[in-house]
This record gives sequence, C-alpha cells and structure tokens, in this order.
Amino acid sequence: MAHGHLVAENPLVMEREWKLPDRGTVGIIFLIVTESVLFSMFVIAYLIYIGKSLVGPYPKDVLELPILASICLLSSSGTIVFAEHALKHNQIGKFKLWWALTILLGAYFLWATGAEWHKLIYEDHLTISTNLFGTTFYSLVGLHASHVTVGLVFLSIVLIVTLMGFPIQTQLRRVLFLSWYWHFVDAVWVIVFTVVYIIGR
Amino acid sequence: MATIDYPLQHPKAEPGEFSFSESLYRWVATVDHKRLGLMYIVAALIFFVVAGIMATVMRLQLMFPNGHVVAPDTFNRLFTMHGTSMVFLVGMPMVAGFANYLVPLMIGARDMAFPRLNAFGFWIFLLGGLLLYYSYLGGGGLSGDGSAPDVGWFAYAPLTESGFSRGHSSDYWALGVLVSGFGSIASAINVIATTFSLRCPGMTLSRMPMFVWVMLIDSWLILVALPPLSAAQIMLELDRFLGANFFNTQNGGSAVLWQHYFWIFGHPEVYILIFPAFAILSEVIPIFSRKPLFGRPAMVGAVVAIGFISLGVWAHHMFAVGMTSWSNTFFAASSMLVGIPTGIKIFNWTATMYGGKLRFSTAMMFCIAFLFQFLVAGLTGIMLAVAPFDWQLHDSYFVVAHFHFTLIGGLVFGLFAGMYYWFPKASGRLLSEKLGKWHFWLLCIGFNMTFIPLHFAGMLGMPRRIYTYAPGRGWELWNLIATIGVFFQIAGVLCFTWNVLRSALRGTPAGDDPWDAWTLEWSTTSPPPEYNFEKLPVVRSSRPLWDLKHPQDPDWEWE
Amino acid sequence: MFNHVLSAWLQAQVPGVAEHRIANIFKPLATPAESERTAAYLVLAIAAGIFLVVASLLVYTILRFRRRPGESELQEPPQVYGSNQIEAAWTVIPILIVFVLIGVSARVIAAIENASPPPQMLKIELIGHQWWWEVRYPDYGLVTANEIHVPVSSDGKRATYLELTSMDVIHSFWVPQLAGKTDLIPNRINYTWIDPREAGVYVGNCAEYCGTQHANMLLRVIAQKQADFEAWLAEQKKPANEDPQASQAKAAFGSLSCVNCHMIRGTQAVGKFGPDLTHLMSRQTLGAGVLANTAQNLRAWVNDPQESKPGCFMPSMKLTDPQLDQVVSYLQSLK
Repeated sequence: MAHGHLVAENPLVMEREWKLPDRGTVGIIFLIVTESVLFSMFVIAYLIYIGKSLVGPYPKDVLELPILASICLLSSSGTIVFAEHALKHNQIGKFKLWWALTILLGAYFLWATGAEWHKLIYEDHLTISTNLFGTTFYSLVGLHASHVTVGLVFLSIVLIVTLMGFPIQTQLRRVLFLSWYWHFVDAVWVIVFTVVYIIGR
Repeated sequence: MATIDYPLQHPKAEPGEFSFSESLYRWVATVDHKRLGLMYIVAALIFFVVAGIMATVMRLQLMFPNGHVVAPDTFNRLFTMHGTSMVFLVGMPMVAGFANYLVPLMIGARDMAFPRLNAFGFWIFLLGGLLLYYSYLGGGGLSGDGSAPDVGWFAYAPLTESGFSRGHSSDYWALGVLVSGFGSIASAINVIATTFSLRCPGMTLSRMPMFVWVMLIDSWLILVALPPLSAAQIMLELDRFLGANFFNTQNGGSAVLWQHYFWIFGHPEVYILIFPAFAILSEVIPIFSRKPLFGRPAMVGAVVAIGFISLGVWAHHMFAVGMTSWSNTFFAASSMLVGIPTGIKIFNWTATMYGGKLRFSTAMMFCIAFLFQFLVAGLTGIMLAVAPFDWQLHDSYFVVAHFHFTLIGGLVFGLFAGMYYWFPKASGRLLSEKLGKWHFWLLCIGFNMTFIPLHFAGMLGMPRRIYTYAPGRGWELWNLIATIGVFFQIAGVLCFTWNVLRSALRGTPAGDDPWDAWTLEWSTTSPPPEYNFEKLPVVRSSRPLWDLKHPQDPDWEWE
Repeated sequence: MFNHVLSAWLQAQVPGVAEHRIANIFKPLATPAESERTAAYLVLAIAAGIFLVVASLLVYTILRFRRRPGESELQEPPQVYGSNQIEAAWTVIPILIVFVLIGVSARVIAAIENASPPPQMLKIELIGHQWWWEVRYPDYGLVTANEIHVPVSSDGKRATYLELTSMDVIHSFWVPQLAGKTDLIPNRINYTWIDPREAGVYVGNCAEYCGTQHANMLLRVIAQKQADFEAWLAEQKKPANEDPQASQAKAAFGSLSCVNCHMIRGTQAVGKFGPDLTHLMSRQTLGAGVLANTAQNLRAWVNDPQESKPGCFMPSMKLTDPQLDQVVSYLQSLK
C-alpha cells in the first residue's frame, strides 16, 4: 500500500507530487515517544526518592560506576551504524560482522548488569524491598535492561535469518527501524547512568 | 471528484460464499479495520450493559437510607468495577472502534497503516477486560479475601498495597487494565501512522475531516498519558509481589506519588474519552444544519490546545492532599485555562447551527442534548477548578454528578449520535427514527433525573463511595429521585438495543449517502466493500462530496 | 438489627446542644467554610450567567433555524465558514473571566492555607485509622477517639489547628460547615484549621475511600463554650473512673483480650490498635458514629461489632453472657 509517489493524471488537481511520510517511520517514532514517557516515570520516581531511604545500604556505599559496560553499550550504537551502512551498500558480509558485534556488545552489557546485581544482592544485601534506593534502582535499571533484552532478541532474529540465507537487504527499512530502537535504548542508558550513578550517588 | 486507478491486490469476494465456520474464522482472524472497529464497538456496548447493571444495583442500594440490598463489600466492588469498566472497557474501546472504522474511510485509504497491529490491539484489549472480570472467580487469596477489586477505579495507594488489600483483587485490577492499555497504545500508534501516511492525494492535513483531527490528537494523548498509568501499575505490582516500596508508607514510600502518576494519566484520560464525542459532533452537526463546521481552523487549534494544556492540570484532583498554595493556585489556573478551548468548541458548534436549516434526526437530537449537558458539565468543572470550592466538594456527589454529566450527558450521548449517523453506512440499513426518538427522550429524561439531584446531595455533604447513609442528613430525597431516573435510562437503552437488532435484520436499505453528507465515507457503498474504494479518491477541499454535488459553488474556491 | 443502627445515631443528642445534621456548604459556621462559600457564590454566579447566555442562544438557534415543512430540500443555506471577529470575541471574553476566577482562587487559597494563627490556638492531632479517628490533645496529654471537642470562637480570636495524618491508608477530614476537606495521609502531616462560631455538634464524614467501612467512619466536632470546654478537658484528663461497684467487672474485663487493643488510662489496658476507651461514656456514639451510645447498643456492639459494622477490625470475641455482662457493666462505669 505504498502511496509514496503518486502523481495525479489531472494536472489541474495536483500542483505537486503527493508525498507522505512513510508509515513505518511514523510508527517507530511514536513508539519511541510513548516508551520515553514510560521511562520518564521511573526516572522521576528515582529522582524523587533520592536521599529518602529510611535504612541502608545507600548508593554511595555500594554503587560502582559501570564504565566498561557503558562504553560497550554506547559503542554498540556505533557498530550498528556501520552495519546499516554496509547493508545500504549491499555488503552483506560486513553487515553480518558489525551486526554480530553489536549483539555481542549488548550481551556483554546485560551480563555486566547481572553481575552488578549479583554483587548488590548477595554481598551488599540490597534488594528491591530493602529500601527506596533498592526499589527505584532495580526497577529503573531493570526496565532498561528488559528493553535491551527485547532489542537483543530482535537483533538476533535478524542475524539468524541473515545467516540462514534470507536476503536481508530487501528489509532495509525495517532493519533501520530496529536500529533506531537500539539507539533509543542507548540514549535511555545515558540518562539512567547520569541519574543513578552521578546525580544519585 | 477525480480518482486514480488503484489496482486491488485480492479478488473481490461474493456474498454468501462462506459457511458458518468460515465466516466465524473470518471474523476472528480479520485484520479489516471495519470489522475490528465494529468488534470494538460491540464489545464496548456489552461492557456498557454489564457496568450499567452494576450502577443500577448501586442506585437501588442507595435509594433509601440504611439500604441493605447488597453487603458493604459487594457495594465497594460494584463501584470499583463499574468505574473501571466504564473507563477502560467502554470508553477506550469506543475511541478505538470509531477511529479504526472511520479514519481510513474518511481519508480515502483502504485500511489502517498496520492492520495486524490493529487486530492485536483488539484482542489484547479484550484479554485485559476478561482478566479483570476473571477476578470475580479467581481473586481469592490466602484467607479467602479477594474476588473483584474493591479499591475504587483509581485504586489509591496504600489501600492497594498488599497489607491493606489481601488476596489478588488489586492484582487483577492492575494487570487487567495494564494489558488492556497495550491495546490502546497499539491503536493510537496505528491511527497516527494512518493519518500521516495514508491520506489520499490532495488531502492535506488542513483538509482532513475534523473527526480525523480529533482522533489524531486523541491518539497523541493516549501515547503520552497511558505510560504514567502503566508505570504506576508496574510499580504497584512490584510493591505487591516483590515487596518494593514505591507506595509503601511504612518504609518511606509516598502515597501521594501514586496520586500524581495516576492523575497525570487520569486527567488527559478524560479528554481521551470525550474526544470521540467531539469528533462525532463535528461531523454530525454540520450535516443536519446544512452548513460547514464554523471556524474549522479554530476548532483544530482548540483540539490541539486541549491536547497540550490537558497534560498540565492533573493535580486539580489532589487539591485536598495538602499541596502548597502555589501548587494549588497553579493547577486551579491551568484547569480553568483548559476550559477555554473546550468552551470555544461549544460556541463553534452552536454557530454551525445558527443560520442553517436544522433537521432534527435522532443523531442531531443527541448532539443538541450533548450541547446543553456538556455545557453544564463544563461549568461545574470550572467551578471545581476554583480550589476552595473543590475543597468542599472534592470526593462528594457533586463531583460524581459533574463527571457523569461529562461522560453520559456528553460522551454517551455523542456516541449514540455517531451510532445513529453511521449505522446505515456500516450495515446498509437505516435505524428506526421513531424508536430512536423514544430512546433519546427516555435516556435524556432519565439521565437528568438521576444526575441533577446528585449535585445537591454533594452540596449537602454526601461523600462518594459510601454504601449507605443515615437518614436526617438531607440526602434522602435526592437519592430517591436519582434512582427513579435509572429506570428511564434502562428503558431508553432497551429501545436502542431493539432498534439495532430489528434494523440490522429488516431495516430500510440506506443507500450510499442517506444523509446527503460531504465526507469520503459516503462516496462508497453501504456497507463499504472490504477494500473501501475501488478507485483512489483525489480531493481538493475538506468537503469533497459537497464539491461534487455543488460544482458551481465548490469549497476549494473559498480556501 | 438496623433499628438501632444509623437511624438512632442522630438521635444521640446532648440535651440543649444544637445539632447541625444537615451539613450544608452554604451554611458555614467557621471562617474557612465561609471563605469557601464566598468563592462558591461568585463562581456559581458566573457559571449561571454563562449558562443562561449560551443556553438561550442554543434555544433560540434551535427554534429559529429549524427546517420548516415545505421548504425545498435542495436549497442549502448560506455556507458560512467562520468569522474572525466573533471567534476572537468568544475567545477573549472567556479568557478575561478565567483571569478573574484565577485571581479570586489565588486569594482565597492563600487566605485559608497561609492564614496566620490567632492569639489563642488549640492544637489537635487527628490520626486516621480504618475506620475510626484518634484525637490527641498534645498540650494536655490527652487521647480520645471519634469525637473532636473544640472551643467556640465567637469573637474570631480562637481557633483550633489540626495536624492530620494516618496510621494506615488515606482518609479525609470533612465537616462541611466548618471547613473544606483535607486528607489524612500516612507518612505525611497535613494541616487544617477551624474556628466554629456557634456551640453545637457538627457532623461530617471521612471523605476519602478507605476500605470496607468508609461509609461508617463518621465525624462529630463538638464546639463548646470556653467554660464547658475546659470542664470537658478536666474530666478527660483524669484517668479511668474507679467505681468500686465495678471492681469485679473490671477484673473480668482485665482478663480478656480487650486490653490488647484498647487503652484505658490507669489500668492494665494499654493497647493502641483500637480507640481509647478511658472515658467511653462521655461520648455520644459508638463505632465512630455507627450506633448511639446506649446500654443496649453497647451490649450489641461488644457482643458482635460485625453486626453493625461488618468488616471492621474488632472481632466478635464470642463472650459468654456472664462475661458480656461484666464487660458492659465495666465499660459503663467509664464516665
């Protein structure tokens, strides 16, 4: 149903070409809008409850900056751009490489988050029910991690079908939308990192 | 009207070609926006009747002081389920139903932008609703407490925390509504993408029917207002299941935070709910006044203004919570400001009628009643926006009267107008005008009889959500009259049901354009074929059929 | 059963004291309620005015422009698209009206919320429970329940300042003739004030849904002339009445689990979960307004509170008749 480039037969009716935005583009943009609002609510809760925990452990006692994990996640935004670029130029081999690297970087981020949570729970005895810090920390970081997970699942599906021989370059548009979603997830991490590890500590 | 060849992708089906099970399958597996739209509306009407029965039982309990029609717990569940159902399982699917049915037809498209997402939206809405109602069966907890939720439709914390709401009733509330909300978001994204990307050639945004504009802004509001509710419900479930402390006041959490999040959703929600009525009125009133909508640019501007200002008024639901005088004043001010674009719409609809040739079809009569009733509702709203007035009347029957005036007197009347107007298009048959008039008058008399007195009960100190009251407080007379009004309303809705059933089976054939209307949906058959338009329309104004019917005086000469 | 329930509640009058049963917001008897009424009158007048203008226009339009029989269906009326002047007018005028209303609101909000305390002020802490009110007088070391005694302020120089909070869920203090409502929220302290002009009993309700028995969480504010109020305070400060004739009943009472939930000052009952019963007989009602405080009702209440207030947190203790007699006679000694 591509309305994209219709020109009316009757030149009196249309002065110019009838060009409308692509529906997939509109769809993904507004999906990102609604997801941003959802994340904002958890960020706001985090900010409101800073310093309000009745008991410890407190952020400065137990939080360490997840530098490496953040670098990996944010670099994965870069690798995904390279992957897109390769796909646009039909370089499927390069595309697979950069795409796989993106997935690996994202997976590492998830693993690192899990490791951090393991330490917080078993060594520092901070759980979601311990205090307000625990509640807001696990929910906000967890919400983000769940979105990383969903992103990774879709990224993996793309990689798998490509490896199985599917001509992924025919789905360039949709791959692009997926990469926008991934950029969104990374942008949210910038905000979460700032709020949790910088402001909140 | 010029058209463009637009080849069909699938062969046309002949009627009568399918067996019963094939037909059933085609309904269940459909991605056709028209079928899904009708399914949304039918589901909403069924929940409307169920929630209406709940209201009837409540009014019977409150008819006399010291009522014992139902036990206190039952009453508390009734008002919770009544409110939750009406907002989430009647109002929201009506938005989705009307939008999904009409938007593609009005913009000259063959379907929505994402037909499968559309189907997903419907079924997940239905799942959420069934999940909520399953609470009657499955809500029992450890000690047998439970059953349907009894925390009020806005489920204030910490009443909903596990300490005070044992069993799983509150979980059914949170999860049922959360799941249903995904459907609303899906529908909203779909409407926005459709509106931006699938308009037929020549239909610039400024030439879009007002109905489509209103649904576009409605979808924007859904996308922005629903996530705060979803977030709050996720937080509540984390509290209840994992011991989180978002609203756990014993461990530093804030009860007021729930209220902020809920009303950041809740206030835009009421605009989300009323917008279909605004949309319908903007289409129906011009046709039955034989004049174009007065002040289209201002109407668009007003809807856009509401779409933004309404995001900043939420704490007028919280005037009694103890906010500072600065906060209270700010929210009082913003709440009054949002009344201005809303009021302007009433003026514009009236001006559309002024100087016209009014035809009092059933649809038009519902619109006219809307104008009076929504005017009253808007004014009581402005009164409540004055915080000191609200300090007396917040959480009283005055507020109950106010919002029923907006929702029944406004929304329900508007929706009925839309149903009488578009039923012929969707079914190919006219509804009976005679039965329609009976429906209208019974509903109008009953509704006013029920809700006008409740203003007075509120002003005499009657709070909300009480399952009974003592005599001698001055409330008896008003409650008695209010309950009597319910029977008229029931009679009205029965007329409507009978009208629909009878007309669907043996109503007068409607033809393509029974009302002599001006927008694109009337240019195709009644009911439209699955593909809507054989040829892609090309438009030059906001009233393409007017241009066609009046070639010597087309709208595009005046643009 | 219901014949001794709510219908009797309002017959529980202190002789000679006016009972303001009809809580009409337009009959204020204290300053906050009065300011609110002034705001109400103004906003009602404006709303009524707007309604009259717009509704008349609507009625006129409907009558004047209806299609007359015999008019040709083909002749359409003039197609008017809009009018900048008219639309500007009906945008500007409402904006002006709104500014007036904002100004009025701001003033009344400030007057009530930021009022400076008068020279003589009584402080009360009101704590909400499911489904009763705990009333503390911190300056006098006094705790009572469900009835709030305050001094009258006929000269406008005396007020009662209430600190509001809750032990469990959100409640709301609403006595319409005295003030607008303010919520009682756990983990938060809210403030309100009242200065009743006339002596009497003012009724109100909890105004925020708080669970099963929200409907029966009733309020009585009893405004008394200064002398009467001081007498009441003096009585309340005394520990529980030791009636020698009730000593056996008291012993029986002490052996039951009532003492775990209720406080009776000067005895071994030191429970904090339920209302303070030290001067139970000085109150007009039982169960936060559900029953008038009569001997018959007291017996029925103690025997099975669930009959009158199903779902409340006082269970039926399943007392035997003799035990019940003892408990009731002891309670009746708590004047």
